Amino acid sequence: MADVLHHQIHAASDHREVDYLSDGRGIRDWLYTVDHKRIGVMYLFFIILSFFVGGMLALAIRLELLYPGRTIMDAETYNRVFTLHGAVMVFLFIIPSIPAALGNFVLPLMLGAKDVAFPKLNLASFYIYCLGATMMIGAIISGGVDTGWTFYTPYSTSTNGAVTLTAMGVFTLGFSSIFTGINFIATIHKLRAPGMGWFEMPLFVWGIYSTSVIQVLATPVIGITMVLLGLERAFGIGIFDPRIGGDPVLFQHFFWFYSHPAVYIMILPGMAIISEVIPTFSHRTIFGYRGIAFSSVAIALVSFIVWGHHMFTSGQSQLINAVFSFLTFLVGIPSGIKVFNWVATMYKGRITLKAPMLFAISFLLLFTIGGLTGLFLGSLSIDIHLHDTYFVVAHFHYVMMGGTVIAFLAGLHYWWPKMFGRMYNERLAAISCALIFVGFNTTFLTQFVLGSRGMPRRYYNYLDQFQQLHMYSTFGSWILGAGFFLMAGYLLASLRGPKNAPMDPWGGTTLEWQTQSPPITHNFHDVPVLKHAPYDYRNIPQGEA
Amino acid sequence: MSSHASHHDHTKLYAGTLLTLLVLTGITVAASYFDFGSANVVVAMFIATVKASLVALIFMHLKDDKPVNAVIFCGSMVFLSIFLGFCMLDVDSREKVSTGKLTWVEEQDREEAKKKVKASPPAGHSAPAAEHH
Amino acid sequence: MSVAENIEHGHGHAAELSPFQQHHFATAQQQNEASKIGMWLFLVTEVLLFGGLFVGYGLSHAKFPEAWKSAHHHLQRELGALNTVVLLVSSFTMVMAVQAAKLNRRKQLIGNLWVTIICACIFLVVKYFEYSHKYHEGLLPFKAFYSYQGPQVPGEFHFFSFYFMMTGLHGFHILGGIAVLLWVLKRSYAGDFTSAYYTPVDLIGLYWHLVDLIWIYLFPLLYLIS
Ligand SMILES: [Cu+2]
Repeated sequence: MADVLHHQIHAASDHREVDYLSDGRGIRDWLYTVDHKRIGVMYLFFIILSFFVGGMLALAIRLELLYPGRTIMDAETYNRVFTLHGAVMVFLFIIPSIPAALGNFVLPLMLGAKDVAFPKLNLASFYIYCLGATMMIGAIISGGVDTGWTFYTPYSTSTNGAVTLTAMGVFTLGFSSIFTGINFIATIHKLRAPGMGWFEMPLFVWGIYSTSVIQVLATPVIGITMVLLGLERAFGIGIFDPRIGGDPVLFQHFFWFYSHPAVYIMILPGMAIISEVIPTFSHRTIFGYRGIAFSSVAIALVSFIVWGHHMFTSGQSQLINAVFSFLTFLVGIPSGIKVFNWVATMYKGRITLKAPMLFAISFLLLFTIGGLTGLFLGSLSIDIHLHDTYFVVAHFHYVMMGGTVIAFLAGLHYWWPKMFGRMYNERLAAISCALIFVGFNTTFLTQFVLGSRGMPRRYYNYLDQFQQLHMYSTFGSWILGAGFFLMAGYLLASLRGPKNAPMDPWGGTTLEWQTQSPPITHNFHDVPVLKHAPYDYRNIPQGEA
Repeated sequence: MSSHASHHDHTKLYAGTLLTLLVLTGITVAASYFDFGSANVVVAMFIATVKASLVALIFMHLKDDKPVNAVIFCGSMVFLSIFLGFCMLDVDSREKVSTGKLTWVEEQDREEAKKKVKASPPAGHSAPAAEHH
Repeated sequence: MSVAENIEHGHGHAAELSPFQQHHFATAQQQNEASKIGMWLFLVTEVLLFGGLFVGYGLSHAKFPEAWKSAHHHLQRELGALNTVVLLVSSFTMVMAVQAAKLNRRKQLIGNLWVTIICACIFLVVKYFEYSHKYHEGLLPFKAFYSYQGPQVPGEFHFFSFYFMMTGLHGFHILGGIAVLLWVLKRSYAGDFTSAYYTPVDLIGLYWHLVDLIWIYLFPLLYLIS
């Protein structure tokens, strides 16, 4: 085969062995696999598919909002579309994105392990994800949901949409998330390579560890909440529905006890990727390793005591408003430590601006804006004005998309050669990154202005005075979309080429770079022994690729 | 290693634990026939917690096991109390609209209103009408 | 500390090799410890799953104290106490089964597993009688089913919603526990468990004790608190 010949030319030093991708090519070899790398790739496929669905819905929302009144759909459809956009993006894309796809692939490699602690549970988690996703698609087909992704009562207990089926989908997806979390914690505790203490672990592992803690502690609560919501709708428990003595604000407590920590299930893995990419491409030891490691854990723990900041205008007590507002500001401390340490790592580093690093720098800018605007919203008096406006929409898109999605893209570009053994077109990647950065800011910076001027979120219609800003935002979404389609193009194109990626294309120091790209099925021939701390670049040549 | 240390016969310890648990069950049932007022809940929950701790420490081996497992389990209790605690705090400190109790702010408003009524001219004189359209 | 721990694993306990050791673990002990951490994490999720119901119970109780007081008299605390004793005994036989597996006492393992399963069944039978009694009186959960006609305080159906949801979820856990116990029993007959490999017995033991532990709270909350 031409493929083989190519290998011999390009990989003269290391002869390539059968990698995990070519070890059994049948459909059964994939469906019954317990190899964490294959499960990670299967997750990646479905996650990107979900992102595509959610993204198309987003483009539809923006197109509808181009003009006041009807543009392409009626108000009922619009309600369903934004609900679906939120639910698909949150439950099917962002929450599993980095941990289940990239984490599954990279985490055992980074620890020098052959697999995760419970490989079968890992596969079960994937199939439960598919089941949950099917239920949510079933809900779309059977009429859709118009409550918003938050399912607030009392509307959700009285509307006719397919709320129960969607809630059961969320319940099911929760188990998938829990199983991933359990697996990762046990793996990190028990399957580290000989010589790897807690403070020799790559920072990505610390981030994933903190994420898993949240997944295990918070997800069961959304599970039981969804069950209670379903029962309340069907039979009337009298817990959330005010008509029979329930308390709708209690639903918000239940919902946000999970969903605020869930925001950190989304952002912590993003931060974890950035902590890998920045030192590698700055070719400099990470500044303040322990600061970053402990701040991940701190964010995870603090995330459980701030959920009430979503409820300042809900009618919860004034006392608890003040308590939650105060606690919310605590989150700023560990987040600030992280940003400071990343920037300090880059300072006087030898920076190479490869695609992962471009995304990481975008992340720094966008996440900082997202984080700081979060402090506005955490202040009681300001939140009264900004609550439920586009300011909130812009804020969480800066964190979720500007933060997590951009970090996901950084990670995808960073580990793409490791996952598939191919390099992508670096120039197109840079263009795509630029398009996404510009498109994103055009879309959402305008929404900060819209929100502060009083444009409420989730509205189908709006006053004429907002039209110009809405128009800019919609234009931005097109640039953003173009960036993603370009990315899909060059990444897929790279898969057609030969497996030409070297073992360590970027000059990374963590263990996943010490095995072939793509790795062999059992990851390493011999159990790797840690010789130096992570991020020690003294004997590592700067990236070859 | 902990798992090696426990390869001994602990039947007596387990039987003693069972006996203690049964006695505590008896006590909690007996106590429920007396009225301690609001302390009833406290007494019942205290006994339940003692029982639960015995089960966790001895039957679930947390006493001799690696500390990580105890940390994990205690974590669940801590976060459950956070959940319960904040929800309770909210409900307890919320404005009691349905029971007719007024909040401090509402009382102030009412005081203000009374003062205004006193200050306003006696009936008969036309007060500036609120604009209703 | 953890470095030493990992290196220690590298040496392995050659004498304890078991056919059930998976390839990605260096030693059987490492596998057992990982499985245990996994189980404890699973138990954490169980605690928080029930936790949602406990929080809902607490807040509804605070809202309808009178209804709670009057409704809980419909429960027979003798039956609740009986079930508590049954579960505590089953917990004891469970921990004895784990010990028997560790000490290579196969007969004792099988016997104790049987007693545990029988206790679990007794628990469900008692529960069945309690449920059917409630059913005939119309003391059913949820607005849609509650049809009790006797003297009552408004809000009693909230109590029965929580009574049935909490004991129902707990009952499902007992059922699931019985299924897994039967599987462990089958493997015990096959002689799979020795002092070198008894992880499944250990894990179902932990699960079973948690189910017991939850009942320890449910019993006073539902049957005794006035
Ligand atoms: Cu939040």
